[in-house]
Amino acid sequence: MPESALIDDDFIADIRRDLLKFAQLQLRDAALAEDAVQEALAAAFAGQQSFAGRAAVKTWVFSILRNKIVDSLRQQARSTNVSALSDDEAGLDEAFEALFKANAHWRPEKRPSGWGDPEETLREQRFWDIFEICLNHLPENTARVFMMREFLEFETAEVCHELGITVSNCNVILHRARNGLRRCLETSWFAPGERPC
Amino acid sequence: MLSCKEATRLMSEAQDRDTTLAERLQLEMHLAMCHGCRNFRRQMDFLRQACRRFVRCSGADANRES
Repeated sequence: MPESALIDDDFIADIRRDLLKFAQLQLRDAALAEDAVQEALAAAFAGQQSFAGRAAVKTWVFSILRNKIVDSLRQQARSTNVSALSDDEAGLDEAFEALFKANAHWRPEKRPSGWGDPEETLREQRFWDIFEICLNHLPENTARVFMMREFLEFETAEVCHELGITVSNCNVILHRARNGLRRCLETSWFAPGERPC
Repeated sequence: MLSCKEATRLMSEAQDRDTTLAERLQLEMHLAMCHGCRNFRRQMDFLRQACRRFVRCSGADANRES
């Protein structure tokens, strides 16, 4: 298939929508996300690259977008103090502490529940809506660290390095993020009555 | 003996670094006796799986035709 037929307007519009969603979730700023996507698209189609199908085009554009997102995150990190504890984050920590008794074991009513068959959940479209809402509920800095680790798949050492925080701080933030996300999903999706098993 | 709170930290860190043999043994001993923490570990695995899937479904993965 010739390139011109491969990359038509519909396809670009399609890709653009996916890119924007991806960038927006991580940057939490519509203008920055728009910039990152614009730059990624421009860079992707500037060269004389040839592609072996639409999937290859998409992969290529996404790999460029990832770099743009990292650049943007790095800049954001420079203007904020990633390791400072915001009220939201302090709130998450308090909620976490409240899961345990004085001896640091689970309160019976707060004990993590079984979430049933993961595959079944991941096939549900509605689950992904909730998942996105829960990601957006995470405090900004917490989300930034978590996204770099889980979405952009950086090693923890790289995340710390890029954002200028210590490894132990990084571990604390990731634990906070995972627990926040876990609790959000537990109440919003896996709540009793809706539990798949 | 690990508390549940310590176990959750270790289970999170296990997703980010290679834990030591001593840490793994301590954790396994705890998990053998603690149903809540076993669920917590499955939930951590689920989160990672969901994130990977989310990225893949955004089209950011090489192995998926849109």
